[in-house]
Amino acid sequence: MAHKLLIPIQGDDVAPRFDLAGEVLIIETDDQGAILRERTMVMPQGSAEDLCTLILTEDVDTVICNGIEDEYYQYLVWKKVAVHDCVMEHYREAVDSFLAKQNETK
Amino acid sequence: MPLSDAVITGLFAKDLELAPFLDHLPVGICVLSPERRVRGMNAALEGLTGFGRESVLGKHCHHVLRCSLCTTRCPLDRLTRDRESITLDGDIIDHNRQKIPTRHTSAMFQDNAGNISGYLEIVEDMRPVQGAAAAQSRGLGFDSIVGQSPEMRKVFQLLPVIAQTDSSVLITGETGTGKDLVAEAIHKNSTRSKGPFIKVNCGALPATLMESELFGHSKGAFTGAVENKPGWFKLAHNGTLFLTEIGDLPLALQVKLLTFLDDKVILPLGSTKGVKVDVRVIAATLHDLEDMVRQSRFRQDLMFRLNVIRLHLPPLRDRGEDLQTLLSHFLRSFTAATRKNIRGFSPEARAVLSGYAYPGNVREMRNIVEYATAVCTGTEITPDNLPEYILSAPSPAPPSPERSDPYPEESLPPVHPLQNRTWAEVEREKILSALDRAGGRRSRAAELLGWGRSTLWRKMKKYNLE
Repeated sequence: MAHKLLIPIQGDDVAPRFDLAGEVLIIETDDQGAILRERTMVMPQGSAEDLCTLILTEDVDTVICNGIEDEYYQYLVWKKVAVHDCVMEHYREAVDSFLAKQNETK
Repeated sequence: MPLSDAVITGLFAKDLELAPFLDHLPVGICVLSPERRVRGMNAALEGLTGFGRESVLGKHCHHVLRCSLCTTRCPLDRLTRDRESITLDGDIIDHNRQKIPTRHTSAMFQDNAGNISGYLEIVEDMRPVQGAAAAQSRGLGFDSIVGQSPEMRKVFQLLPVIAQTDSSVLITGETGTGKDLVAEAIHKNSTRSKGPFIKVNCGALPATLMESELFGHSKGAFTGAVENKPGWFKLAHNGTLFLTEIGDLPLALQVKLLTFLDDKVILPLGSTKGVKVDVRVIAATLHDLEDMVRQSRFRQDLMFRLNVIRLHLPPLRDRGEDLQTLLSHFLRSFTAATRKNIRGFSPEARAVLSGYAYPGNVREMRNIVEYATAVCTGTEITPDNLPEYILSAPSPAPPSPERSDPYPEESLPPVHPLQNRTWAEVEREKILSALDRAGGRRSRAAELLGWGRSTLWRKMKKYNLE
């Protein structure tokens, strides 16, 4: 099944804070887990609410992030978005390990 | 080498492991490599972040602390050879996804050649401090000032804001309303709190002496000036100078104060060289400065400069429920100080104290309770323990000099209490008169009385006026 992934980033790392991320990486994968499309978006300002709106309007399935406040975590989960937080890595490593885990479960 | 293996050598008789030593400290400590990766952290930081030290070893510090400062204002980026430590306020998100206000002190270690050997990050949990500030802003009190009335809540909500600015403040209010306490609270809660707080009574010294005391003098400036004297302005450098009774400052010195407020430079007596000082001025007066300006007793330009922020403290008679709060507060503090077992006031004593007008405001009340506590030999303060003058002549409330009536054309007729009437009777009459004027509209009557609606409602209930 096609999958859409969003990662707030800071430099080459997963952004330490969801609410303060100035940039996000959106990755779309196909049924086999291969990356179809990858794009980055610059946020006008760090805002957890703006980011939640973007996640919902973009129909994101999974968010990979580091520090996220419980209020936004619970909101996204309620909106059926899978949230993997406390990810303290280079964003490429985070994507690779997520896709690898997804392929394992297939 | 990770922090868990580090030892302190040469400081004590035996080598000591560093990690248990750091675990005893009540603030969070994180040791970082030159690449800003975590080499170790103490138990307090484990508790604060919610991450075990083993799980974050080698991680970049911004991943572990997840601090608001990490994104734009990383304190470590600001450290230089000359500036080896820095303190900034921010917030972190812990493992439980809770945002915690924190204060970060970062320090850099350099070797003799000036190369960076590592960093030390100290993280303090600011929740207790901010909790206290929130309680203060809710009006439960501020610093050592007690009060819960709507009038005082307004003051308490303003105080933290005023404290964070660096502007001059003019505090007005009748005698005994707590102008000194407010000035001190502003200083203690400001960024100048580590600097000196110097209080000067402008009416306490003759004009000739006051100039030398305020601005200092040079050796030989006048007969008897055998050495240089710094003056209060210089002594208050990096702190706050509180000029109480500013209305009593002689006109000649008002000009000099004006010059200081403009240029932040003082000119000591007999000196030709100005001295730049960084001092925040807080002034207080019980006089109506506008009226003094009209009478040419106070310079208008000085009033404008002092009047950047104006804070009016209400008299006790306008503070409603604070009367009982303050009575209990003073009784508690004096019984603790005298180690007496006084449980409270008898209903009769409370009635007398509630009916008294307190022209000397909180200071007078404090003195009355101190006297009563001292003479009381039982477990309850009775009317016999109160000063004679309260029982014999209940004074009417004097008019507030600073208070402006919002409805001058509809001002309430003065109510003159007679000697044989209690304050409660006078107050009841005031309420009836206000209700009559307002055509029965309670909100209007409350405005005319200068009270909140709830205060009027409570007092109406008290006097069976519903």
